[in-house]
Amino acid sequence: MTALSALVRRDIRIALRVGGGALIGVLFFLTVVVLMPFAVGPDLALLSRLGPAILWLGALLASLLTLDRLFMADHDDGSLDLITMSRTPLELACAAKALAHWLAAGLPLIVATPVLGLLLNLDMVATGAVALTLLAGTPALTFTGMIGAALAVTLHRGGLLMAVLVLPLSIPVLIFGVAASQAAIVGPMTFGAPFSILCALSLVSLVIGPFAAAASLRHGLD
Amino acid sequence: MQLAGRGVVCVRGGREVFSGLDFEATSGEAVAVVGRNGSGKTSLLRLIAGLLIPAGGTIALDGGDAELTLPEQCHYLGHRDALKPALSVAENLSFWADFLGGERLDAAESLATVGLDHAADLPAAFLSAGQRRRLSLARLLTVRRPVWLLDEPTNALDVAGQDMVGGLMREHLARGGLIIAATHAPLGIDSRQLRIGGAV
Repeated sequence: MTALSALVRRDIRIALRVGGGALIGVLFFLTVVVLMPFAVGPDLALLSRLGPAILWLGALLASLLTLDRLFMADHDDGSLDLITMSRTPLELACAAKALAHWLAAGLPLIVATPVLGLLLNLDMVATGAVALTLLAGTPALTFTGMIGAALAVTLHRGGLLMAVLVLPLSIPVLIFGVAASQAAIVGPMTFGAPFSILCALSLVSLVIGPFAAAASLRHGLD
Repeated sequence: MQLAGRGVVCVRGGREVFSGLDFEATSGEAVAVVGRNGSGKTSLLRLIAGLLIPAGGTIALDGGDAELTLPEQCHYLGHRDALKPALSVAENLSFWADFLGGERLDAAESLATVGLDHAADLPAAFLSAGQRRRLSLARLLTVRRPVWLLDEPTNALDVAGQDMVGGLMREHLARGGLIIAATHAPLGIDSRQLRIGGAV
């Protein structure tokens, strides 16, 4: 337990220091959402209808932005060798790293959502609904994205390959995340059904992600 | 405690690096792996550390902790020093101490031993190559492991640093430890030579 909490604390600390990824993700999210009203125009009704989708897309891209370095940095400086050799199972170490990434890069996006909701003409209920769906859905983005991050290490390719691999996996999360938000705002569906599926997607990825990532990392040992 | 390899075959990128390699090392003994560039010295260390899978043969540790695998009882000091530039010297060291676990020594004491106590609060980004090497060595001192796998341990170190490494290795051997070191330079301690890949 000490080992895992040490890993989580270290990754969060690095992410929050100068040059870390946490702030960059939030700034990117902010930029994407702020640009949107300029592109769509000042039609308030249209903005509030598109709002949840824009927030979700922004959060998706922002969380991918820093995810490709999840294992690459540790691989490049040799930390991954020591993590692989250690007494901590690699699966748990992967889960701890993903948790740290979500705490440092995912949680700030959710905190920023109410502010950005104002820019998209979303009322309190709508903003709350989007924030809640992001809270339930972003762990799924991080934990499936982790598989792509591990493959990027195995294949020695980062960046775009990672986006191409991970974005298709995040389609269900996006669909049910936006559906739950829309259901809360305009209906006619109940909020509960898509939200439950969103939670289920997160839980499934919490289980599959660490095992798949660890398997990929082990396969890529060199 | 005895570390032994029998008929070890190493294949990398479809090319056989070495084959039929036998070696052994017992407690208190150091083995210096020598050979020309590309003969597979680093590969051998990574095979022992479990970071490469042997294409044939076996590597086993007798008399170690039965609960633990061989890599879990090893320290691996590779070319890359597993340091995070954003963290301070003390933070880097205490992270590895917490993460690797097991029997441990005071981190401040090991920093003093390797001559980095004055730089404990400095971000690792500002360390020189030699200082980074010293910080990696501090990890070996802080967390106790019976088997040390050292890849060019004296790389980038000044003369005093090389003497220090010699002293640390002697202490480790005296405690009943075991060292496998890949090296071009003389190790500075009594060691058995293991030559791979023909004459240097």
